[in-house]
Amino acid sequence: MTSSSKIAIVGGGLAGLAAAMKIAEAGHDVDLISVVPVKRSHSVCAQGGINGAVNTKGEGDSPAKHLDDTVYGGDFLANQPPVKRMCDMAPEIIYLFDRMGVPFSRTKEGLLDFRRFGGTLHHRTAFSGASTGQQLLYALDEQVRKFEVGGKVTKYEGWEMLSLVLDDHQVCRGLIAMNLQTLELKAFAADAVIMATGGPGLVFGKSTNSQTCTGSAAAACYVQGARYANGEFIQVHPTSIPGEDKLRLMSESARGEGGRVWVPKADGDTRNPRDIPENERWYFLEEKYPAYGNLVPRDIATREIFQVCLEGHGVAGENQVYLDLTHIDAETLTRKLGAILEIYEMFVGDDPRYVPMRIFPGVHYSMGGLWVDFEQRTNIPGLFAAGECDYSIHGANRLGANSLVSCVYGGFVAAPSAIEYAKNVERGNTETNGIHEAELNRQQALNDAIINSTGGENQYKLHDELGKVMTDNVTVVRYNDRLQATDDKIRELQERFGKISINDSNLWATQAVPHARQLKNMLELARVITLGALNRNESRGAHYKPDFPDRDDENFMKSTIAEYAAEAPVLSYEPIDVSLVEPRKRDYSSKKKA
Amino acid sequence: MTTNGHLEKKKLDSPPATIRFKIQRREREGAAAYWETFELKYRRNLNVISALMEIRKEPVTVEGKKTTPPVWDMSCLEQVCGICTMVIDGKVRQSCSALVDDLLVASGSDTITLAPMSKFPNVRDLKVDRSQMFEHLKKVEAWIELDGSYSLGPGPQISNEVAQERYAFSRCMTCGCCLEACPQYGDDNYIGPQAIAQARLFNMHPVGAITKEERLNGLLGDDGIGNCGNAQNCVQVCPMSVPLTKAIYETNRDITVDALFGWLKK
Repeated sequence: MTSSSKIAIVGGGLAGLAAAMKIAEAGHDVDLISVVPVKRSHSVCAQGGINGAVNTKGEGDSPAKHLDDTVYGGDFLANQPPVKRMCDMAPEIIYLFDRMGVPFSRTKEGLLDFRRFGGTLHHRTAFSGASTGQQLLYALDEQVRKFEVGGKVTKYEGWEMLSLVLDDHQVCRGLIAMNLQTLELKAFAADAVIMATGGPGLVFGKSTNSQTCTGSAAAACYVQGARYANGEFIQVHPTSIPGEDKLRLMSESARGEGGRVWVPKADGDTRNPRDIPENERWYFLEEKYPAYGNLVPRDIATREIFQVCLEGHGVAGENQVYLDLTHIDAETLTRKLGAILEIYEMFVGDDPRYVPMRIFPGVHYSMGGLWVDFEQRTNIPGLFAAGECDYSIHGANRLGANSLVSCVYGGFVAAPSAIEYAKNVERGNTETNGIHEAELNRQQALNDAIINSTGGENQYKLHDELGKVMTDNVTVVRYNDRLQATDDKIRELQERFGKISINDSNLWATQAVPHARQLKNMLELARVITLGALNRNESRGAHYKPDFPDRDDENFMKSTIAEYAAEAPVLSYEPIDVSLVEPRKRDYSSKKKA
Repeated sequence: MTTNGHLEKKKLDSPPATIRFKIQRREREGAAAYWETFELKYRRNLNVISALMEIRKEPVTVEGKKTTPPVWDMSCLEQVCGICTMVIDGKVRQSCSALVDDLLVASGSDTITLAPMSKFPNVRDLKVDRSQMFEHLKKVEAWIELDGSYSLGPGPQISNEVAQERYAFSRCMTCGCCLEACPQYGDDNYIGPQAIAQARLFNMHPVGAITKEERLNGLLGDDGIGNCGNAQNCVQVCPMSVPLTKAIYETNRDITVDALFGWLKK
């Protein structure tokens, strides 16, 4: 009789690997399921850095200030106790990564260097060039590989989770996943399951997210009874590079290192930006927000850029503004921002050290996600969630460089929480009483239905239509009539989904079946996002309705909770714990009064 | 042409009305390979991935034959995850950062050729299985030995110069370009520059150096560092500019020093 538990983790990004490391270190066994080799997870795309009030710059920074910046930047929609716990843990998280050998940028004394990021006046962001997420992910990947060699972690890379295995009491007993090469389904029995599957950017078609960020696994949990919270809070990043296949992120660190956002004062000015004199440029963020300038929180920067373009002031009359670094010397730029400047140069062809970048807002991050309590437990016993796929930390708007720290924090809390649960769970005869096989058969039937469907609809075209309607109506500015029309459209797409014909007769390593499964789940999530937005008649953080321009704490300082029902998500509202920082109005035009 | 000291890219002056993608197909590992060609309307700002996405929607060859959609791997589309690597017009690289305009300018042709990497098992079409690269990381123990992940304060102070040097090695995204281009790599006879550079990354760290010998031992076998033929192809194709030949040189030096003076420690 062994005392070690078996815990399945879905997702091998920062949150999943953080949890895997902690569980293996505690002597328990991990099955790690990931659609891609974990080292290729979306965490690699995080660029700017990781926040923690280490206070090495003599600025009097503290975890209490980090807490205040985070809940204030999040426009008072996050429960505050877990945010406090994260901010308290943040310095030791950064130190741990330092011990793991992450090549953080350093000061002359050889200490960790910190840069400024949006929504704070402190140097609080540790960074590794401009590819911090990649570096942090690799550090955890290395540690988890050591546990893999030691036999405590078993990786299933190239497997996609399809559903949970729930017993008669709605207790999670494992999951079903599909091998993406053979389409074989396998039941993974587990004492506990941790979801660490990231965000749902692909619901919007094009976003800054990786192609793996469909939200499909989290949506599958929702459909099986997990509560989904604050789905309507989608962060649109102010600075992305529009592309045919995706919107590539231009990190906030570009502004953290002094980048300035502007448009020519004269509309439709077609001069080379370098020939436009200083007094003929409109630095609209600096003008409107003198204290924070270009480093106002993302939701505010995004709306300002969007509005400037909507009013016809965009560069060359188009949906673009300049993000200008050319006043900073090229050597400094290369050293501090090299990786992201290369991305711009690679995809646009201009060198941002000499030519101002042209950028526009793009869907970037979901503040909402699976509902969890303060120990990362979902409402389904035995099911936990961590990272972007949980809703707990960022409220109505996430501050830059808080995502990496929240992923690791979530993993570090979910791990002991899952171990504690697993220790006490009655296994009974759940592994032999047929529930795993029954769920596997149910999933196989769903696959067979997709493979045999012959209605003629094209799954990729349906996905394009979904992305367009969501981007047009459920991003920066939201109107109730358009949100209602969007939900109607999603239901139409759901109906048409029933008539798709997959266009791949070779099922070996096909992308068509997995994509169809993802699309079905994305449509469910799209309804949660859209109807959550429709029902929230206020403006808060990333959620902005011109018809309801003010924050309404009395009615809406509450988490939106969506529960699945066949006709439509059932929405309810849960009060927020604001016991630590008293809610106040956000104002970034002057230094904030804490 | 230079402006302010930077090179401006050659632009495609007169784009063709249509472009063609000649793609190597394979139904599954072990099956015979064959070629199919697809035609697309030219648009500005296309990269290879967005072309493949369009082909996938309704795959019809240039002869008008309905066919199966080409399969390839993709994820970040920002050249940082490494997954979408393939051989494009004869050169191994990421397909996300392969811009159609640049390819047309470079080849002077309207056809772009896509093939899977040849040094790895070919799962289907353009998709390969690179799990051997992750196995190599186990062999060189590419990690720092921690006493535990609990709170023990910061790591050692390190000069920014060393941090930057390590960062250059740490940008390796395990894409496999170096192995594809290496004339020595193949059939499990050589561990290759990727793993050697990762061993170097950890050996340069003050704590990593404590277990340096284990890592060097991983490079001394029949498939070890001695197989490098100094062709230097690896460093030329590395999309992240990882100083691979420097890693090989420095690791060889470490091994020599170890061999000369190692007996003194015993």
